[in-house]
Amino acid sequence: MATTNPPTQFALRSRILHWLMAVMLLTMLFLGVTMVASLGNYHKLVAIHRPLGIMILILAVIRLINRMFTTLPPFPPTMSRQERWIATASEKLLYGLMLALPLVGWGMLSAGHYPIVMFGPLHLPPILPANPTLYAVLRKTHTILAYLLFVTFLAHLSAVLFHTLIVRDRLLQRMALWSIRSGETKVKGD
Amino acid sequence: MADVPRASLIPRLLAIGGTIAGIAVLFAYAGGWPTPHALTPARIANTFELVNGPHPGFRRNHAKGVCVSGWFNSNIEGATLSKASIFQPGRVPVLGRFSLSGGQPFAADAPQTVRGLGILFKPPEGEEWRTAMINLPVFPVRTPQAFYEQLLASAPDHATGKPDSARMQAFLAKYPESARAIQFIHSHAMSSGFENSTFNSLNAFRFFNAASAEVCVRWSMVPVQPFEPISTADSGQADKNQLFDALIASIHRHPLEWHLIITVAQPGDPTDNATIHWPSDRQQVDAGTLTIDHVESDDTSPARDINFDPLVLPNGMAASDDPLLSARSAVYSQSFTRREGEHKHPSAVSPAQTGK
Repeated sequence: MATTNPPTQFALRSRILHWLMAVMLLTMLFLGVTMVASLGNYHKLVAIHRPLGIMILILAVIRLINRMFTTLPPFPPTMSRQERWIATASEKLLYGLMLALPLVGWGMLSAGHYPIVMFGPLHLPPILPANPTLYAVLRKTHTILAYLLFVTFLAHLSAVLFHTLIVRDRLLQRMALWSIRSGETKVKGD
Repeated sequence: MADVPRASLIPRLLAIGGTIAGIAVLFAYAGGWPTPHALTPARIANTFELVNGPHPGFRRNHAKGVCVSGWFNSNIEGATLSKASIFQPGRVPVLGRFSLSGGQPFAADAPQTVRGLGILFKPPEGEEWRTAMINLPVFPVRTPQAFYEQLLASAPDHATGKPDSARMQAFLAKYPESARAIQFIHSHAMSSGFENSTFNSLNAFRFFNAASAEVCVRWSMVPVQPFEPISTADSGQADKNQLFDALIASIHRHPLEWHLIITVAQPGDPTDNATIHWPSDRQQVDAGTLTIDHVESDDTSPARDINFDPLVLPNGMAASDDPLLSARSAVYSQSFTRREGEHKHPSAVSPAQTGK
């Protein structure tokens, strides 16, 4: 294979980041929605939610930097121009949400005059001044962005499943954790 | 493109739809939407609003209060139990709030109403500690469910304006530990005011010292001000804010003091049941003195916008297995989130009254 050929898959580090964050984000969404409706497990879940959110923020920054310096595999020829536009826009939305959600959470706790406890004696400093109205707005924003992330995730999953099961253009292989030899991605059939 | 035979197209589409719908249903289930009758923080906050009427901007419970500040002077004794920086010798600034239980911010003070004290210990370097205590010797309920049912049972009846005694009797029959706790509470004389009240953590907590030795504890703020019984005379014409006015006047006369007394459990003492008092011979550690020298209205104090969440704990302290603790944290958070987004109304105890 000539080195000038475009890659058939995302870089391994991109694929690892993708699946690691997929698990973390989905865990976080379920944890968040369970937590706010829970009495008995509320405290335990919040204690996981805070540091997990900060880990996601750190990984999201690493991922954004990685994204800027990595050559992407091309879209499969089965994707129309509109589809490509939607895929690009939803990718930007997902990146925006995984950066914004932890930042809004951190800012919300700062504005609510809460200590930002990670684990043991490790705390983060506040990033906003204590302010009731600001807290209320950010608290609501946190919920709205979380639902938006969940809906965007469902749309992303639907699109990938559609391509994999209906169009069968091996779109998912671009993100598979294992290596795909370039020959295998060649579209069969017509 | 690999053509999918028409016959297998439908099952494939169904598989996609089913996967997406399944995840959405799981998400909804986790959020409690299919089970609206389950007890949640929102449901308890709603019940406070139902029982007390809507009072936007105020705490859903302990709505009427006054804010204070001062300091905690730690001796070294507390450090034998917990490595929290608060227990290192020295002075820690505190912010606090005295309150009356109930969700009505303009109710007239009644000496029998349960009194609360929330304290935020804020060491300049190090982690903060928040505690919300009341002046009862034990808590009347053991679980969040019992708390919710007690709230409903003690709600004033629409027709009479008074609690329905039959409902309260039914509640006490269902929760015998509450009947015993209330009997224990009534066997203790209440003091005349905030300034000579003992405020108790009631829930148990775990403390870890520098050697990582763990003990279960409860704590109390025990007043230096001498005990005086509730005055029963002329309560009819009493001032609407009589308890708060007396507190404000006494802080203006001289700073008030409480000792932080930490009681250490013995193996076998219940840590998951706040209705039961631990035996009185348990080891007690006097960890230092709380001094309150400044009083301010809710309207001007930063303490108005503090959630005295009992689980904001420094390293060296942790929750016990008491089921009320996590529930308190959840419901306080719910109340905090609601009131912070609402328009603020002036407190019944005004800045003019506190001299601020």
